[in-house]
Amino acid sequence: MSTADHAITGSPATPGPLRLPSYERPAGVHPPLNSPEYRSTLLRAPKRPAIRLPQGLTEVTGPLLGAERVTAADADLTSRHAGEPLGERIILTGRVLDSGGRPVPDTLVEIWQANASGRYAHRVDDHPAPLDPNFDGAGACMTDSQGRYRFVTIKPGAYPWRNHLNAWRPQHIHFSLFGRAFTQRLVTQMYFPGDPLFAQDPIFNSIPDPRARERLICRLDMGVTQPDWALGYQWDIVLRGREATAFERAEEQR
Amino acid sequence: MTLGITPSQTVGPFLAIGLPWPDGPEVVGPATDGAITISGRVLDGAGESVPDALVETWQAAPDGSFAHPDDPRGGGDPGFRGFGRCATDPAGRYRIVTLRPGTLPTPDGDTEAPHLDVTVLARGLLDRVVTRIYFADEESANAADPVLASVEPGRRRTLIATPEPGGEPGRFRFDIRLQDPRETVFFDV
Repeated sequence: MSTADHAITGSPATPGPLRLPSYERPAGVHPPLNSPEYRSTLLRAPKRPAIRLPQGLTEVTGPLLGAERVTAADADLTSRHAGEPLGERIILTGRVLDSGGRPVPDTLVEIWQANASGRYAHRVDDHPAPLDPNFDGAGACMTDSQGRYRFVTIKPGAYPWRNHLNAWRPQHIHFSLFGRAFTQRLVTQMYFPGDPLFAQDPIFNSIPDPRARERLICRLDMGVTQPDWALGYQWDIVLRGREATAFERAEEQR
Repeated sequence: MTLGITPSQTVGPFLAIGLPWPDGPEVVGPATDGAITISGRVLDGAGESVPDALVETWQAAPDGSFAHPDDPRGGGDPGFRGFGRCATDPAGRYRIVTLRPGTLPTPDGDTEAPHLDVTVLARGLLDRVVTRIYFADEESANAADPVLASVEPGRRRTLIATPEPGGEPGRFRFDIRLQDPRETVFFDV
């Protein structure tokens, strides 16, 4: 009996072939590891081609955690210190979805960022811009049942780095996502609309497809803005989706 | 509906602000019965340590279970976190304290040897890189493992944690070399 036959006639409890979801393997979305214009890749990007790993139990499962270590206060980066941080207060919200459009609920979203002056609260950041005693730049939240996340923070500043002469990073916020499976793990950066520094940034431009780059840019949303208090931005994050299984295809054909 | 996937970007040099957890390296507490420690260094193409990497691990419980709805076998102990995360120190070292995972069935009817899936994130990596940790003392299981079999024999050793020389039982060494000449095998998952 083939797997497909079993899928149609078997019940889930029947011992038999292990049926696992499979996740799409997107081509041309992520930046190539070897992107020499971003100089730090030169000694760090693997040179040999990656070997295709079948998606087995370890890959289609993943850590479902975070709720026990995140509090509501972690989603507001402006209220964790004695005073308010300097800078432009913003509300940043959106949904975590898979590429099939399904929300990813109850998943941990972690962010970190520079302060309004473009300085990170980190010992190796020696950019001569002021630290802000009221801003550490770290936040976390869980998505709700609709996959929605929401942070209150300040707009980070641009800052120089040493990649090339007069290199400046566009304003950005780092995001870390788990999804529901090891295959869905994603670490990325979110940018702001119309940043004039995009053209000279080798990290942003390492993404080969300009349309995919655009997906890292949030949009101003006056519906999210709170009048007289903070501008609002929306940014949806799309993780790898599942391919239809033989079972699902068979169900659809019924 | 098909939505375009959000591309990856590097974790950058300041991941320590947002990602490490105080208990991240401890999948289980070090006093747990059967706890093992896997430690090693992350090294770049010049053999220098990578002091700003994050190593994350994901694995089955010792009985081969996952407390996850997409494991069709069901079961699994929700008390076993299965996930470890450790930022490297200035010498590029990381460590994970965990339990040895069990073997796993595959859809093709094979049996995967005990392994951990590993994500490495660092400045200079525009996307995560993925590898696996197997155990040197699981020779017969390793010999039957379909993933190891897909790797050219001369490179399999880069996926195998070895007992710490002269170390106590349960202490394993697993270095991650991002580039040649002894580049770790990385997987497209």
